[in-house]
Amino acid sequence: MSKPYVTMLGKAVRYITRLRGGGSALPGLFVEKIDPNFIKRTLAGLPQGIVVISGTNGKTTTTKMVVELLQSQGLRVFTNRTGSNFTRGVAAALLGEVDNKGNIDADIAVLELDEAHAVSFVKSVPPRYSLLLNVMRDQLDRFGEIDATAKMLAIIGKSTTETVVLNREDPRVAAIAKILSHQTVNYFGLSPELTHLFPNDDEMRGKPVQKTTVQPPQAEVVLKSLEGNTAKFTLGKRMITTTLKLQGIYNVYNAAAALALTEAIIGEDMDDEKLVEALSQITPAFGRGETVTIGGQPLELVLVKNPSGFRLSLSSFKPAGYATMIAINDNYADGRDMSWLWDVEFDSLKNDGVAEVAGVRAYDMALRLQYDEILISHVEPDLSTALRHFISSNASVPKRIFCTYTAMLALRRELSKITNVEVIS
Amino acid sequence: MNIYGDWGNVLVLKRRLEWHGYDVNLLEYNQGDAFPETVDMIIGGGGQDSGQDKIQKDLLEIGTRLHDLARDDVPMLMICGLYQLFGKFFKTGDGHVIEGISLLDIETHAGPERLIGNIITKNNEFGEIVGYENHSGLTFLGKDVQPLGRVIKGAGNNGRDETEGARYRNIIASYLHGSLLPKNPAIADFLIEKAIVRKYGEFTPTVIDDRFAELARETALKRPR
Repeated sequence: MSKPYVTMLGKAVRYITRLRGGGSALPGLFVEKIDPNFIKRTLAGLPQGIVVISGTNGKTTTTKMVVELLQSQGLRVFTNRTGSNFTRGVAAALLGEVDNKGNIDADIAVLELDEAHAVSFVKSVPPRYSLLLNVMRDQLDRFGEIDATAKMLAIIGKSTTETVVLNREDPRVAAIAKILSHQTVNYFGLSPELTHLFPNDDEMRGKPVQKTTVQPPQAEVVLKSLEGNTAKFTLGKRMITTTLKLQGIYNVYNAAAALALTEAIIGEDMDDEKLVEALSQITPAFGRGETVTIGGQPLELVLVKNPSGFRLSLSSFKPAGYATMIAINDNYADGRDMSWLWDVEFDSLKNDGVAEVAGVRAYDMALRLQYDEILISHVEPDLSTALRHFISSNASVPKRIFCTYTAMLALRRELSKITNVEVIS
Repeated sequence: MNIYGDWGNVLVLKRRLEWHGYDVNLLEYNQGDAFPETVDMIIGGGGQDSGQDKIQKDLLEIGTRLHDLARDDVPMLMICGLYQLFGKFFKTGDGHVIEGISLLDIETHAGPERLIGNIITKNNEFGEIVGYENHSGLTFLGKDVQPLGRVIKGAGNNGRDETEGARYRNIIASYLHGSLLPKNPAIADFLIEKAIVRKYGEFTPTVIDDRFAELARETALKRPR
């Protein structure tokens, strides 16, 4: 089928799904079906090529950062900013950007891809750059085991034509360097004082994993320190100090990843002043510490998908002074297995308790809190009812909701009925 | 080995014992550690296939000790990876045989695909057992063990004979994560009662509020695979 024809059809489906308020990926699925080469052909002509970002945690936030950092350097960037990180999400995002002839006005494509989808994607569309963030226990019901997930990231690395950026502090990700022969390998890392804040899954229970005595590779970007909201990074031989609008150490470490990738792409032409300015202005991606205002009080949405992410969120977002809600769904995109809740310690919520527990698996969450002896004010599986109850019972204080992916989407929909929520298309 | 949230089993036993009025001394045993002198209950978790190899040698070394404790009716809970290694052997896809400690009359063979999803089984003593399975090994029971449950929904030990888990003396072994004990407090209380009676001669339980467990069970029974 000819390119303009597919594009027109796809755009029509996109228009119709939007009229009926449908999901963001459906038009992409449609185009994928009628023209499997749509993505490949449309992205083939980009002068700076394609960038793929993958890993368990932080894909959406890091992708948003990379896009903004590249834009600060004057690049026109195409991205799939919906967080719809399956191939059809990329196709759907492309449909929004292409002209009727199927051409796209961009220098570079920065794509966030789910590990499993990235594997099939890179086989047909090899990226010029890839950024591999981490491998955490997440959605094992889909991928089986952590080691299987690590293998998927290795395939992405191997399919990359120029530069692969790796997380030096994640042993499974750093090990991918061993199988890369044709690619330049760059790293981002942490100063030794910060590594204890990022325990990996192997260290969660039982013995700490034996640290190797081998000298770790030099990292192009290192997060040196974070005090309050001031972060220090080394970037090659330069030192960057900046205040950030991002909260949480893991978001700031994602910024290190984004800087390393940006450095790999821009190289010597980097305008540091513009880079730091853009970095200081970056706000969290939707649902990743995003804040809306209700009745004059802030309400934060914090996405939690796996034990390490949940633990980091609890330690990054202090509960004092906040009313806390936790919303746990077990739909396919959330992962069906509830085991992960038992690998998170909720002791930090002991003083203030939890105001509201919600979601399909609300009682699993309540049960988890019971065994950490944490006071719960209210349990209501229905998200809409729970949200209203949470807001009305805690009207005069700041609020925070820890939520799984599909719970977050549902809560944002509910919130958009009562306050201003950024529309993600 | 703890990779699928089996810590929940330990936490549930510890808390329930505390709520029943007992002080709990939790000892973590990892490969190479000295095996503790006195043990009242043993809990083991699941792991990745690669973790399995690492602990096998160590497990064989303490195997005699575990046999003695089992014969002495010490209650044990073994999930997934350690369930397999408490058996006779695990035969991998390439024909490699990992020897177990043969405390349970079971054998495990690598299967062609992972058996993943919500699972419900039924046991006459514990009622419906809910959890989540995620394993590729297919386990077959010998005549010296009883299944822990009959599969109502899901695959169970091997996807063929409708059995799930194994029981022998006071050992409970299962593929179920979730973790197993939080939503199946009857099994937790079985292990606790056996341990306390063995140690003190009698057990007077207090009433524990299991409403959240009850409601979480109701939800689990309705969820898709």
